[in-house]
Amino acid sequence: MRNHRLAVAMCGLLAGFGLTAANAADVADQVASDCGACHQLSGTADSLQARAERKAPTLSYAGNKFQEAWLVSWLQSPGRIRPAGDFPLTHAKTGPDGDVIDEAALIQHPSLSEADARTVAAYLMTLTPHSDLIAAEDYTPGKVPERLGAMDFVKFKGCGACHRDTPEYGGVSGPELYTAWNRLQPEFIVSYTRNPTAWEPYSIMPNKHLQTPQIHKIADYLKVIGEKGAAAK
Amino acid sequence: MKRIFAITMMAAGTMMAAGLALPTGAGAADAQHGEQLYHNYCIQCHGLNGDGKGINASHLDVQPRNHTDRDEMSARTDEDLFKAIKLGGQSVNKSILMPNWDGNLSDDDIHDLVAHLRQLCCQ
Repeated sequence: MRNHRLAVAMCGLLAGFGLTAANAADVADQVASDCGACHQLSGTADSLQARAERKAPTLSYAGNKFQEAWLVSWLQSPGRIRPAGDFPLTHAKTGPDGDVIDEAALIQHPSLSEADARTVAAYLMTLTPHSDLIAAEDYTPGKVPERLGAMDFVKFKGCGACHRDTPEYGGVSGPELYTAWNRLQPEFIVSYTRNPTAWEPYSIMPNKHLQTPQIHKIADYLKVIGEKGAAAK
Repeated sequence: MKRIFAITMMAAGTMMAAGLALPTGAGAADAQHGEQLYHNYCIQCHGLNGDGKGINASHLDVQPRNHTDRDEMSARTDEDLFKAIKLGGQSVNKSILMPNWDGNLSDDDIHDLVAHLRQLCCQ
């Protein structure tokens, strides 16, 4: 199924990458070559040390995680999702008033042409080793008043310690979440929130043992702020 | 035998007087492993130096614990620290911003973290 999907995707999109369907495997090789220096394309960090030395998030389950349209757009104009990079220790330094992000230590993601972005995104969407975790979720997006959602996110769940739900507010060690709804698949948001280590054994996100309605409420809040942000653009 | 018991009790009494409870179930806690765990899971809030001034700290409503504060840390037993790490800040009447790490860390890991905290604060 995965190979079939890859072949279909590649047939339609390889023209922009200068490749032909006959050498679709070359796309995987090229992604491994161009992206593999920073991103894992199979598996995840398998030790504390490996997690600490990781330069960028694993892409091994990108097809279970990302929205393809977002990938295509972001790869052409990459912005910073993790204010402190992929591992805070690597990108922090002490200052007179406490630790600060060491901007010089942050890696800038390269930009791709539209054609290459489409080809790479199509390939990444074929990486789906955790479809079982996605299929296990039964989530229908609902509504939550933004103010209540924000209170729940910050005050009751403590997510704001590491994540920003607006460009101005929240912790900086985790990925910002005000664009998460546009970036991530809804079931991934729910599944990862439910059990981060099911996705990555050395995830540095805690498992808060939330009940399903609690998780759905957080996802609904990310929907509210994500759609609000998208509408403002 | 009686003398050994007496010395042990005196040592325990000294530790209790200093606010340091005897570790329970810690076995041979590995502070070095605890330090690596600290780097992965704790420094973002508690700081590179453990002083409570991590990169997230200025964005929080509650200041993270300064693990280098000997007086403050001596007022916490190892059991308190273990519980706070395992079950989160709310379990010891502290902030929800300190999450529970029982989904990520084993009990042995948490004992190692406690051993590292004792090194940070008190050595």
